[in-house]
Amino acid sequence: MTAPAAGQFCLRLLRRQLLLAVRRPVEIGNPLLFFAMVVALFPLGLGPAPGTLAGFASGVLWITALLSNLLTSDAVFRSDFEDGSLEQLLLAPQPLFLSVLAYIGAHWLTTGLLLALVSPVFALMLNLSTAALGALVASLLIGTALLSLIGGIGASLTVGLKRGGMLISLLILPLYMPVLIFGSAAVQAAVSGLPAGPYLAILGAMLCLAIALAPLAMAAGLRISIDA
Amino acid sequence: MPSSPTGAPLLAARSLCLERGGRQLFRNLSFDILAGQLWQIEGSNGAGKTSLMRILCGLSRYGYEGSVERHVPFLYLGHQSAVKALLTPRENLAFHVSGEGQYGNEQIESALAEVGLYGYEDVASHTLSAGQHRRVNLARLLLSDTSLWLLDEPFTAIDTAGVDALQALLASHVAAGGAVVMTSHQALEVACDVHVLNLGAGATV
Amino acid sequence: MWPIFHKLGSPPWLYAIAGSILRWLLPITLLALVTGAVWGLLFTQPERIQGNSYRIIYIHVPAAVVALAGYYVMALAGAVSLIWRMKMADVAMKAAAPVGAAFTFIALFTGAIWGKPTWGTWWVWDARITSMLILFFLYLGVVALYEAFDNKEAASKACAVLSLVGMVNIPIIYKSVDWWYALHQGATIKFTGESSIDSSMMYPLLLMIGAFYALFTCCLLLNMRVEILQRESRTQWVKKLATKAGRP
Repeated sequence: MTAPAAGQFCLRLLRRQLLLAVRRPVEIGNPLLFFAMVVALFPLGLGPAPGTLAGFASGVLWITALLSNLLTSDAVFRSDFEDGSLEQLLLAPQPLFLSVLAYIGAHWLTTGLLLALVSPVFALMLNLSTAALGALVASLLIGTALLSLIGGIGASLTVGLKRGGMLISLLILPLYMPVLIFGSAAVQAAVSGLPAGPYLAILGAMLCLAIALAPLAMAAGLRISIDA
Repeated sequence: MPSSPTGAPLLAARSLCLERGGRQLFRNLSFDILAGQLWQIEGSNGAGKTSLMRILCGLSRYGYEGSVERHVPFLYLGHQSAVKALLTPRENLAFHVSGEGQYGNEQIESALAEVGLYGYEDVASHTLSAGQHRRVNLARLLLSDTSLWLLDEPFTAIDTAGVDALQALLASHVAAGGAVVMTSHQALEVACDVHVLNLGAGATV
Repeated sequence: MWPIFHKLGSPPWLYAIAGSILRWLLPITLLALVTGAVWGLLFTQPERIQGNSYRIIYIHVPAAVVALAGYYVMALAGAVSLIWRMKMADVAMKAAAPVGAAFTFIALFTGAIWGKPTWGTWWVWDARITSMLILFFLYLGVVALYEAFDNKEAASKACAVLSLVGMVNIPIIYKSVDWWYALHQGATIKFTGESSIDSSMMYPLLLMIGAFYALFTCCLLLNMRVEILQRESRTQWVKKLATKAGRP
């Protein structure tokens, strides 16, 4: 029996990760619930005036999405590390940098994609102009994929550490900043009636770069973490 | 009926040295694993058995001196069973992350039956015991067609009947031209020659 | 080329060579620092708008320049350690992180002191200050990651990966922060012209930048020597060194 080709193996990993996620649906729901709760904190902290909220809405939604993504990225490789699956993945003949893309893909499908799809509801609660909803969803779709890739790097470097949770935020939050800047700028542009396209294009360009480079860093990070 | 080992080595260790915490665990360890050989790595706790296994399979990539040449695909079973609690034994084998081929349903069923998990194919793995997890993992030995097996403490949490069956499996694998490297504290009762590598005595081979 | 490469991998040799470099680099650095500081602080004209407060650029600008360069030194050392598995590159990378963080902190701190008389506030979310702050976070991330590992060899490799990721990201972060600032720039803060620096102010500044590079190198080498001694503390040559230095 020959080992499956890299693409086929990636699909198998993707199916496995999605199956694991579906088996524990609460973990898919948790980031969404977190998103909802943090959004609810802002009117309490900033005051309920619709004008104030609308002004902050693009930033608030983006920061909240970023935080909920951050909190889930620690778990991308953790359970596989704990039960020994990660060792097996590292020894697989298929290239590791493609395999980790499957993990990140599954992570994005179960967090970022869903966040982007439900974000209009919360945008309306924060009184964001309806003209900007399209830009919000589009920027979150691209942006959360980027966040998942960057978060994966942090996860790969900290997966071997007992207390990785806090550390991973310190490592990857600085790297999240460009994504936040262009993501919220896209929404802000749409609010002011300007085209959001250029910002989305930059996010897309960053996503391409991250798809090319982040898996290499993740693969290196996992090999180091397993060895530690 | 031990077959005579012939041909090029499946795996070759060249002057391996390992130091941990200022203690020399082994020095100038060189050996060839040939087809048809069963190697047992012995040694007290902390002698470096697991470290040596991880160096041999390539999970440890630095911190030691010397080199390891791996000439064939191999199968490594570590301390942890790599069995996902949320998946059933069948899914665990079908979606295994070690990059093996895609196994058919019948293959998986017969392998699980052989390790004593008949009837457990489709129950969630978190309802199984630790020993049963190990058995799911051992089913990979039956499914895989790799010739070189690297097994780190394969008898852990396995009952006596299971140990006997596993020893028979190892012997038949070796007789069929495969090779096994394993760590274990207990003496093997197998129908073939066992090359013992004792790490306790500042091992140099 | 190759013999040197091999020697660089040898801790005693590197320890000795770093010592002999420091023997002449340290006095030169101190001389340049004192000369530059005295020249810049005492013998240049007060600036037209800011008066004397601008003189802090003789500390602030060199620290900022070197802080950024330090990250690249760290990342390149990390790359060497990952690609050629050179242990001494690990040492250089480990040693560069706190030094770079310290320089970034100096740049931020002097920036805040400068901001008070110039803008009337300690902190302004200006593009360059914000970039500096993110750079500071990146440095601290490397330090925190290193400290989190028990196995120091793995720690070095992980930090090498992280600093390379940071190196790829620094230009992106800088450009995006510039962009962000251009988008949000309010009318309240106006920058003093940056290109119109008089040459009489420029020369001491260049001297100070050179002196800060030398200072960074000194700190790096000193830190590397400490790190080498710690890592090799069980070897014969360090024991011999310790007994020789301790008791005649």
